[in-house]
Amino acid sequence: MAEALIYDHVRTPRGRGRTDGALHGVAPIQLTTRVLEALRDRNGLDTGLVDDVVLGVVSPVGEQGCNMARIAALQAGYAETVTGLQINRFCASGLEAVNLAGARVKAGEAEAMIAGGTESMSRVPIFSDGGACYSDPRSNWDTWYIPQGIGADLIATMDGYDRETVDRYALESQNRAARAWDEGWFERSVVPVRDSLGETLLARDEHLRPGTSLADLARLKPAFADMGARDGLDAVMLQRYPEVERISHVHTGGNSSGIVDGAAAILIGTPDFGAASGLKPRARIRAAGNIGSEPAIMLTGPAPVTGKVLARAGMTIDDIDLFEVNEAFAAVVLRYMRAFDLPPDRVNVAGGAIAMGHPLGATGAILIGTLLDELERRDLSTGLVTLCAAAGMAIAMVIERV
Amino acid sequence: MTTLHITTDADGIATFLIDMPERGQNVLTPAFHADLARAIDRLCADDGLIGAILTSARPSGFMAGADLREILPLMEAGLTPAAAAAWVRPGSALFRRLESCGKPVVAALNGLALGGGFELALACHRRILVDRPDAIVGLPEVTLGLLPGAGGTQRLPRLIGIEKALPLLLEGRSVGPAEALRLGLVDALAAPEALLDAARDWLRARPPARAPWDEKGFRVPGGAGPLAPHAPRTFQAGTARLKATRSCYPAPRAILSAVYEGTQVPIDTGLRIESAYFGHLMAGPVAANLVRSFLRRGEARRRAAFGTARASGLAVRRLGVLGAGMMGAGLANVAAGAGLDVTLLDRTAEAAGKGLAHARGQRERDVARGLLPAGKAEALLGRIHPTDRTADLAGADLIIEAVFENRAVKTEIIAATAPLLADSGLFASNTSTLPISSLATAAPRPERFIGLHFFSPVERMPLVEVIVGRATADQSVADALAFVSRLGKVPIVVHDSPGFYTSRVFCTYIDEAMAMLAEGVAPALIENAARMLGFPAPPLAVTDEVSLDLQQLVIDQARADGLDARFLRGAAAPVVARMVALGRLGRKSGAGFYDYAADGSKRLWPGLAELWPVAAHQPAVEEVGRRLLFIQALESARCLAEGVIDDAATADLGSVLGIGFPAWTGGALSVIPTVGRDVFLAACARFAATAGARFEGAPALLADIPGSAGPRRAA
Repeated sequence: MAEALIYDHVRTPRGRGRTDGALHGVAPIQLTTRVLEALRDRNGLDTGLVDDVVLGVVSPVGEQGCNMARIAALQAGYAETVTGLQINRFCASGLEAVNLAGARVKAGEAEAMIAGGTESMSRVPIFSDGGACYSDPRSNWDTWYIPQGIGADLIATMDGYDRETVDRYALESQNRAARAWDEGWFERSVVPVRDSLGETLLARDEHLRPGTSLADLARLKPAFADMGARDGLDAVMLQRYPEVERISHVHTGGNSSGIVDGAAAILIGTPDFGAASGLKPRARIRAAGNIGSEPAIMLTGPAPVTGKVLARAGMTIDDIDLFEVNEAFAAVVLRYMRAFDLPPDRVNVAGGAIAMGHPLGATGAILIGTLLDELERRDLSTGLVTLCAAAGMAIAMVIERV
Repeated sequence: MTTLHITTDADGIATFLIDMPERGQNVLTPAFHADLARAIDRLCADDGLIGAILTSARPSGFMAGADLREILPLMEAGLTPAAAAAWVRPGSALFRRLESCGKPVVAALNGLALGGGFELALACHRRILVDRPDAIVGLPEVTLGLLPGAGGTQRLPRLIGIEKALPLLLEGRSVGPAEALRLGLVDALAAPEALLDAARDWLRARPPARAPWDEKGFRVPGGAGPLAPHAPRTFQAGTARLKATRSCYPAPRAILSAVYEGTQVPIDTGLRIESAYFGHLMAGPVAANLVRSFLRRGEARRRAAFGTARASGLAVRRLGVLGAGMMGAGLANVAAGAGLDVTLLDRTAEAAGKGLAHARGQRERDVARGLLPAGKAEALLGRIHPTDRTADLAGADLIIEAVFENRAVKTEIIAATAPLLADSGLFASNTSTLPISSLATAAPRPERFIGLHFFSPVERMPLVEVIVGRATADQSVADALAFVSRLGKVPIVVHDSPGFYTSRVFCTYIDEAMAMLAEGVAPALIENAARMLGFPAPPLAVTDEVSLDLQQLVIDQARADGLDARFLRGAAAPVVARMVALGRLGRKSGAGFYDYAADGSKRLWPGLAELWPVAAHQPAVEEVGRRLLFIQALESARCLAEGVIDDAATADLGSVLGIGFPAWTGGALSVIPTVGRDVFLAACARFAATAGARFEGAPALLADIPGSAGPRRAA
């Protein structure tokens, strides 16, 4: 079986996902086009060697509908032989794109693939696609749809993370992200987004709040308490977790992932592709996989999927140097670290989605890039990325430098 | 035709007059369906006819729903969802035929139109409602565990929009003329004498004969489907709210789905979706339980006979109420509301006046909410005469004592007041714990002494236990039944025995919870198991409300009276004693199984885990729930076997209406066939082995209960 090697990756900076965000004026197809152009240009890539573009998009409707992957490839001026595919595995979409691209390469069905993701949450808000899991009473009822913040709060309740604990985690995410930016850790991979005049709209993640204090975070209102009571969501959750007396609502806008706009792309290929293109591989995809977990609480899959993927690769948790665990909510990462007894200085070392935001379809690909950059900068070997996803799914991938 | 008469006039207007004189009101029957089909045929075939008015000859109204007495046997016989759907489809198709017959039809609603009756009106092209307060319209099917299966879930949202239609469909609320017009349920209101003219005027204008949803390009007002602006509220949050509050009730959920799915497609497809959901509901056990309960409530209200006696002797005009506390005052209020003159006696004029003040407070709230005209409230309150003079009771037709729950206090006042009754008068005690037979000895005529166990708050609680003492005459029971019905309450007959029926069964509920607590079951698991089954108050919480020291008192009294071991509450007594010793008496002391905060919130007391450590292995929540349900079923079966109650209906009504036993089960005995007899017996055997001997003897007890071998299973 061929090896799937990662040659390069780029991402846009993440703009605040609101109408005053710096990327709000940029259509998602242009964000996608931008990362495809950047990946080609900085590698001198002969796009005729690329087989396919796989793009994760979580709200694939309106201007994110149809198939942005193919259209962006055409718009970026890629060879017309390059096809495009758009996929949705909720928050795991970006990493699933990488997973799928890697699998095609390993299977010998492709020489080179581009994998990534795009989400313009300011322009195509989450839930714009109106799926059965939310709105169809039968699906909603039978599959225990409960907004994930309630699940995050339940994890905190069951694990005993109080408000200060989750806020402290959030503060650390802010501090790490600020330091990473200040020390230039992201500069290699973040490509500025410009308008048609060439003027820079955004060059740096916009969602960060440097200088945030614990007191600032403590002032924020729990985000899910009202809906939990008003819509009976807490009561429904307790039907699934009846040993719990009540849910303690600790998550806020400050300790949950931010709503942002952004895109990312990764170039994956065989060793022969690298040789033909004159590119040096940076890492290999060692193992990847998905798992389903209890859908009501929704967010508890990262630890089980990590165990599954490590077992498949014949590895143990101690073989992993660095971890990127998507900061959907603080409690998700806290539970993960507790499950494997991980020291905090090996997890999300450059901050995460709490500080910099979570452009749903793109995040998985962004995390691969961040992990790879940090493995190289610290001269470490092996890293693992994992994300929880809606309806009780989770994904993980292990990469190692070559 | 036997149910519908057709007349025609010179303008070519046909009038379809629905008339079922042998019934109290018009209802949907197979005969009516056949007649309506013929009427539609005639309307279509006769070129001289321009349209039709559908109205009723009955002063009682336009039409109520289907005949429940006809439906219940079908449901109890056990039919498949497909058979049930096939049962409802002809009616649905007939209404559709009316709607699409090509000639305009106007419903002239001369009075109430409910359920199938209102669905019939919805299938007409225009609805004009008589402007009279009793002319209510609505779709109450959900309250019987069903959905409107003749187009109600499809036409109402298409007519007024999903967001306005759902509350009416999901709550089954009926509305009066003004609200019906405002919501768009009807097109116009008319004075009674102008109703038919209004209908004729509309037809003479040669209106279109198509429903809006049969027009090309029709859109549901406000939108339909997952991307409708209201979908996050109506369908998404709406589903969660149903699941949180009514998870054991399949009907609201089916209605929501029928609306969601059916409004995205043409109406004929929608009607098919609706009847499929209807089939599932009609074939399931919950609808049968709710319909049976509804019919039994009516029967209990109408019951005025006992043994060989029929109510006749006693027409209560003057009622004496002893004790103007919460219970006495509530009683006086309800009785005055039913038109009785009430003498409300307490030790002091001030205490008696407080009772009247309570009634005034309640009635003023009713007035403020628009439920009662102010003048009526005053007239009603004027019928309550507070007093501290025993002699004012002289000549009362009925005296009910509601004084402090103490044998000496009660005996003394019975002896002092019973002689003041009118000749044929009846004396009733509202005791919830003291034996009626022994209290009766304090009265001069024990055969005219009875127990009337009202529940608090009297204004809201529908049940009254009529307690028959050893000496109570059949005539006294029959008279008491008639009196209870007159108050608008539902009576059940219970023979004197410790705890009567409801208190005895209620104790098994809270005792089972305390037993599980002592076994190491997590307290939150116990409480949530009860919530999930639809108990309005979880057992530990409700024990706090009724207070632990009261439980101790009852246990002590039972011991002092030398009662049989089964009345000594062995499983719970140690838990009660420990809590009482700690001074954790319940809400009234600010601490019980829960801690009570100043803001009114409460949390389970963490100290419970030290008294009764939570076991490492916890039972499944379903198993916890079964113990809470089944112990009450067993105790009800024992009450039946011991002759405390006379039939299963008494247990079902008493448990649902008196002590919050979940209505979906049909009651504390109907729950057995609802879950399945073998499921019940297997669980009891399991619990007898692991939890205690109180679960023994189930097979023998069940053998005597008619219907408990039924074929039904809970979903």
